[in-house]
Amino acid sequence: MKSHVWRPLYVVIAIIAGLLLFREFYVPDTFGSGEYGFMYSYHNLENQEVWKNQPLKYQDTGKQKMHEYCGECHGDVVDIRTEDLHGIIPCENCHGPALEHPDEPELLVVNRERGVCLRCHTLLPYTTSERKRIPGINPNEHNVDEACVDCHDPHNPRLEDM
Amino acid sequence: MKRRDFLKNTIVAIAGASVPLSALEFIDPQEVLAANPDIHWAFLINTHTCVGCGFCVKACKTENDIPFEANVSRTWVERYVFTKDDRRYIDSPKAALYGFTDSKVDLGEHLGFKDIEPENVGKAFFVPKLCNHCEAPACTQVCPVGATYKTDDGIVLIDRSWCIGCGYCVMACPFGARFFHPVHNVVDKCTFCYHRITKDLETACVNACPFGARKMCNIRDINDPITKIILNDRVGVLKDEFGTKPQAFYIGLATEVR
Ligand code: HEC
Ligand code: HEC
Ligand code: HEC
Ligand code: HEC
Repeated sequence: MKSHVWRPLYVVIAIIAGLLLFREFYVPDTFGSGEYGFMYSYHNLENQEVWKNQPLKYQDTGKQKMHEYCGECHGDVVDIRTEDLHGIIPCENCHGPALEHPDEPELLVVNRERGVCLRCHTLLPYTTSERKRIPGINPNEHNVDEACVDCHDPHNPRLEDM
Repeated sequence: MKRRDFLKNTIVAIAGASVPLSALEFIDPQEVLAANPDIHWAFLINTHTCVGCGFCVKACKTENDIPFEANVSRTWVERYVFTKDDRRYIDSPKAALYGFTDSKVDLGEHLGFKDIEPENVGKAFFVPKLCNHCEAPACTQVCPVGATYKTDDGIVLIDRSWCIGCGYCVMACPFGARFFHPVHNVVDKCTFCYHRITKDLETACVNACPFGARKMCNIRDINDPITKIILNDRVGVLKDEFGTKPQAFYIGLATEVR
C-alpha cells in the first residue's frame, strides 16, 4: 500500500501510545475502583478520607436530649418546655452550631429577627400539609415592626404563659 | 467437513464458551462479604410532615460551608401549590434557606409573585430535595477524569483536587443536584454529610428537621426502623424512568413532583 495511507496511521498509533504512557506516569497509584467498578467509581481512593475528615459543626444529641443537655447550663435562664410546642425544635436551629460551645464559640448567636419565627408561623392556607397544625399569623398584620420575642417567649410560646 | 460434524462441533464450542470462568471457581464467602459491605446508605423523605421551615437548608449550608448569599445549595425545599382552577405553581425562593415566609408564590425574575386566594388552594405541600446517591449514577459515569465516584457504602462523592470543572456531571444529573461551588470553583453537591454518617452522627439536615420529615438509614440493616419503612411502606423515587436507581425514597410523592 502507499505510504500516504500508512503514515497517518503511524501518527495515530504514536499519539495513543503517548497518551497511555503519559497516563501511566501521571495517574497516581492510589487510583482504583471499588464495588461499583470502573464505570461508576474509578477514583483516587485517598479522597474518601478527605471527605470523612471534614470538620463537624453541629451537635447530634437527639432532639429531646439536646434540650436536656443545653438545659444543664441554661435551664435557670431559659424556661425550656420540652414536652410540647417548641419542644421539637433543636436549639441549634435558632442558635447556630454548638459542637464545642461554650469553649468555641463562647457565645452562640441570639437572633431576635421576626424571620426566624415566620419560617413556621407565616399563615399559609395549606390544609393538605403538616403546616395546618401550626398556628399561623399574617406577618403584615400581627404586630408589625415589633420583634416576636418582645411578647412571646421563644422557648415557651404557650399563650397562657405569656 | 460434513454438515453434521460442523453442527456438532459448533454446539460443543458454544456450550464450552458459555460456561463462565467464574462458575469454575470456588466462591469464598469471606470474599463475597468483603465485596458487599454491610453498609449502604439510603434516605427517606416524608412529604406529609414537611412544613417548609427551611432549617434543613440552613443547617446544610452551615455544616458544609456553602455561602448563604450564593444562590446554590446542596439541598432545597420546593413548594407545590395546586389551585382549584387547575393550575400549578412551584417555587423554592433561595432554595428555601429562609423558609416560605410569604403566601405569594415566586414565579421567577420576570414574572414576579403570584398571589393565590386561600379559597382557591386545592392541595399544597412541600418537597425537600437533595442528591439521590443513585445506584447507577449518570454523573460519575460521564466524568472524564475520575473525579466523581461512588463509594462502596453507596455515596457519590467529588474529588475536589481532580475535578476540572468541565460540567458534564452537572448536565448529566437528572435531578439538578450538582452546581459549581462559588469558593472552590469545582463541582459540588450533597455528600449525605459523609463526615457525620461515618462517625455515627445524623446528617446536618436530618438532625435539624423538627418534624422528622428527613430520615437516614443503612438499607442493608433490615432491623433498622427506617429500612423497614422503605421496604414495607409505599415509597417512591423521583424520575424512576431515567433508570439511575435513586436511593432517596419519598413518602407521599405526587406525579407532578419531578
Ligand atoms: C457547659 C455549660 C454549657 C452548655 C452545655 C451550653 N452552654 Fe450555652 N453558654 C454557656 C456559657 C458559660 C455561656 C456564656 C454566658 C454568658 O456570658 O452570659 C453561654 C452562652 C450561650 C448563649 C448566648 C447567650 C447570650 O446571652 O448571649 C446561647 C444562645 C447559648 N449559650 C445556647 C446554648 C445552647 C443552644 C446549648 C446546647 C447546644 C448550650 N448553650 C449549651 C454554657 C453552656
Ligand atoms: C424558635 C427559635 C429558638 C429555639 C428553638 C431556641 N431558642 Fe433560645 N433564643 C431564641 C431567641 C429569639 C432568643 C432571644 C430572646 C430574647 O432576647 O428575649 C433566645 C435566647 C436564648 C438564650 C439567651 C437568654 C438570655 O436571656 O440571655 C439562651 C441561653 C437560649 N436562648 C438557649 C436556648 C436553648 C438551650 C434552646 C434549646 C432548648 C433554645 N434556646 C432554643 C430563639 C430560640
Ligand atoms: C420549626 C418551626 C417553628 C419555629 C421556627 C417557631 N415555631 Fe412557634 N410553634 C411551632 C409549633 C410546631 C407550634 C405548636 C403547634 C401545636 O402543636 O399546637 C408552635 C406554637 C407557637 C405558638 C402558639 C402557642 C400556643 O399556646 O398555642 C406561638 C405563640 C409561637 N409558636 C411563637 C413562636 C415564636 C415567637 C417564634 C420565633 C421565636 C416561633 N414560634 C418559631 C413551630 C415553630
Ligand atoms: C405586641 C406583642 C406581640 C408581638 C410583637 C407578636 N405577637 Fe403574636 N400574639 C400576641 C398576642 C397577645 C397573641 C394572642 C392573642 C391573639 O391570638 O391575637 C398572639 C398570638 C400569636 C400566635 C397564636 C395565634 C393563634 O391563632 O393561636 C402566634 C402563632 C403568634 N402570635 C406568633 C407571632 C409571631 C411569629 C410574631 C412575630 C412575627 C408575633 N407573634 C409577634 C402578641 C404579639
